[in-house]
Amino acid sequence: MAQAAIELIGINKSFGAVRANRDINLEIVRGTIHGIVGENGAGKSTLMSILYGFYQADSGEVRVGGQPASIKTPNDAIALGIGMVHQHFMLVDNFSVLENIILGAESDALLKKSIVKARSELERLEREYGLEVDPDAIIEELPVGLQQRVEILKALYRGAEILILDEPTGVLTPAEADHLFRILRQLKEQGKTVVLITHKLREIMAITDTVSVMRQGTMVATRETKKTTVEELAELMVGRRVLLRVEKGEADAGGVKLAVKNLTVKDTRGVTMVDDISFDIRAGEIVGIAGVAGNGQSELLEAISGIRRAVSGSVMLDGKPIDLTGAADPGELRDRGLAHVPEDRHHVGLVLAFEENENSILGYHDDPRYLKGPFLNIEAIRNDAKDKIAKYDIRPADCRLKTANFSGGNQQKIVLAREMEQDPGVLIVGQPTRGVDVGAIEFIHKRLIAMRDQGKAVLVVSVELDEIRSLSDRILVMFAGRIVGERGPEATEGELGLLMAGVEHQEAAE
Amino acid sequence: MDVFNAVVQTLDSTIRLSVPLLLACLAGLYSERAGIFDIGLEGKMLVGAFAGAAAASVFHSAFLGLGMAILISVAFAMIHGFASITHRGNQIVSGVAINFIAAGSTIILGQAWFQQGGRTPALQPGERFEAITLPGADAIHDVPILGPIYAELLSGHSILVYLAFAMVPFTWWVLFRTRFGLRLRAVGENPAAVDTAGISVAWLRYRALICTGILTGIAGAYLSMVQNGGFVKDMTAGKGYIALAALIFAKWKPVNAMFACLLFGFLDALSIRLQGSPLPIIGKVPVQFMQALPYILTVILLAGFIGKAIPPRAGGVPYVKER
Repeated sequence: MAQAAIELIGINKSFGAVRANRDINLEIVRGTIHGIVGENGAGKSTLMSILYGFYQADSGEVRVGGQPASIKTPNDAIALGIGMVHQHFMLVDNFSVLENIILGAESDALLKKSIVKARSELERLEREYGLEVDPDAIIEELPVGLQQRVEILKALYRGAEILILDEPTGVLTPAEADHLFRILRQLKEQGKTVVLITHKLREIMAITDTVSVMRQGTMVATRETKKTTVEELAELMVGRRVLLRVEKGEADAGGVKLAVKNLTVKDTRGVTMVDDISFDIRAGEIVGIAGVAGNGQSELLEAISGIRRAVSGSVMLDGKPIDLTGAADPGELRDRGLAHVPEDRHHVGLVLAFEENENSILGYHDDPRYLKGPFLNIEAIRNDAKDKIAKYDIRPADCRLKTANFSGGNQQKIVLAREMEQDPGVLIVGQPTRGVDVGAIEFIHKRLIAMRDQGKAVLVVSVELDEIRSLSDRILVMFAGRIVGERGPEATEGELGLLMAGVEHQEAAE
Repeated sequence: MDVFNAVVQTLDSTIRLSVPLLLACLAGLYSERAGIFDIGLEGKMLVGAFAGAAAASVFHSAFLGLGMAILISVAFAMIHGFASITHRGNQIVSGVAINFIAAGSTIILGQAWFQQGGRTPALQPGERFEAITLPGADAIHDVPILGPIYAELLSGHSILVYLAFAMVPFTWWVLFRTRFGLRLRAVGENPAAVDTAGISVAWLRYRALICTGILTGIAGAYLSMVQNGGFVKDMTAGKGYIALAALIFAKWKPVNAMFACLLFGFLDALSIRLQGSPLPIIGKVPVQFMQALPYILTVILLAGFIGKAIPPRAGGVPYVKER
């Protein structure tokens, strides 16, 4: 008879008026990998934070190993053998691996003994689980995949029997994610229990034994992974059937709208990030740029939109050059019909402390539609914002609300609405659906395709391969600052994956 | 031999002048490494100086004076903690407020208690920390070179001077060799990591501020009970700020902090020594220029001569648990 590692019975948790968890019941079987899926804001992280002692449930009971447990602080959770790998790593960046491992789990007031002990313990964990990492390396010098491994080691070092991972693959390359899954399977074989929180259904299908679905704070279903499908899970998550691939007709490409020629861009350290890239985008087509994050896509976007200085090359918009000295006037580019939805909407796309209606015209505030003499026409701005809210289904539908209070997906819609509704000739979008939930992804994809069908030129950069394949009429793959291949939308994931990993590129070079 | 003696004397006063800076700098190191900016070093030194001199004068005991200096200074550090840790207030504003409270209250209380225009009564022998003569200092005084170095430079300081310099390796040891130090450094870099490791961020930061208060208290006591024979209003004269500059210059490292403070102390000693005497080539330099030299140097050093100084990453940011 399978034994429950964790039982949650009737858990409730509210933050003010928001009921983050409602009457949650969940049983996690020892020695299994249990997935928890749900849209952003469905209450997954809150539930796990209750389990880890970060928050207290308003009501309900937690049982660990069959015994009622009172988990008031992370310390209690650690003592019960619960370890957590957070979405944003809880590591001290300029500490060594060893120092991070022992922090909070030191054996006595002096460090010497703890360090010796941790070193030998790390060797043991390395042997048992294949978790090798240099104990003396400084965290910030390690790649993200290894930093995550340190987080896992931290939990194991504290004797975790139950490991909770919150969106662990968000920052990983496909290869790193595969490695992580191998590690998780190994942990399972050793009898550990793994709880995987994610919104990526493919991962759930690939690795979990059981999956629970959350929607709007409630636990809507628990299924055996073998007996369910991606479609069923997606439907449970959003409460209705969703198209995972957007239907679209053939592209009807017209003349060249944006021409990039021999563009080279260096980053602030002087490293060449974009290396002699040339491509065109025509009216009425979507060009997707695929690639593992950090292969020059961000720099390419910034150069085209005039934010970052290019070392050489040219970019022509409707046959006329764009200023690539880094001093381009964004207002002028907007007037010429170039709209840009930046990758990092928090820092570049929005002023979070502003009201929604102010952000919905940001950058277009000189437009006579929003002006009354030298003053802003507040009424016109708010009416305009209300229209966009209705059209893009931005929630909550309150144009006076501070932008920081919208969820990530809705913030993205605010930026998209602002840029798309200006009817630009060329739309450049970085990570259109990063952090956006399934329902909104579909909507955003449909809007982008509608733009295309109106004869706009659209450039999409995304690290989500599914997204690129579903949207693009042409796919360009970037690797190490160069375009290493161009494929049609029919390209397989495997084919693109190899290009993204630079495999074909290296073979060709040899 | 005159030049040699002049050098020894200048270095001797370098040591004396750098002690309050060093203590304040190490004090700031504890709090800033824990992620709490402390612009109130100045104020805490000042209340320490006042409390020390007042208590020593009333109770006729140097050690009671020192104890009171530490107590009051720690109390002020706790006010800073209450505002900036418990209530997540702005650390700069809280620090500035502490400086104002210190400047005002020491004068008011001094006048109310002693009626000497804000001063405390001149300290008598036994109420001050006297110079300690190291063993054998008198014996080898006349040995050339080594004699004066040992007898004048190393010997003949008060216990607080030796304590200040002993604090340098001690602080290093605490920071890098103890559990408390590891956690203190961690909370200044990433408090969330400390929190999820099951350690109280607030209590850790309060303890760091207690260390700060103890050291600024000693620094204040040194000013009023060693360097001077009593408290004079505003006697810290910006030393708390210079100590902060030295802390940045030292990149928040204890041994570097000692050298930074010795450098500022040396400039101070030099400006006193060279007042009125003409320099070779340049000729006579106005006194004011020499007095301004340490401050000019501060600006130049901080403007870029020190390379990139990366402060503790969580510095100045109150810790709020994420939802």
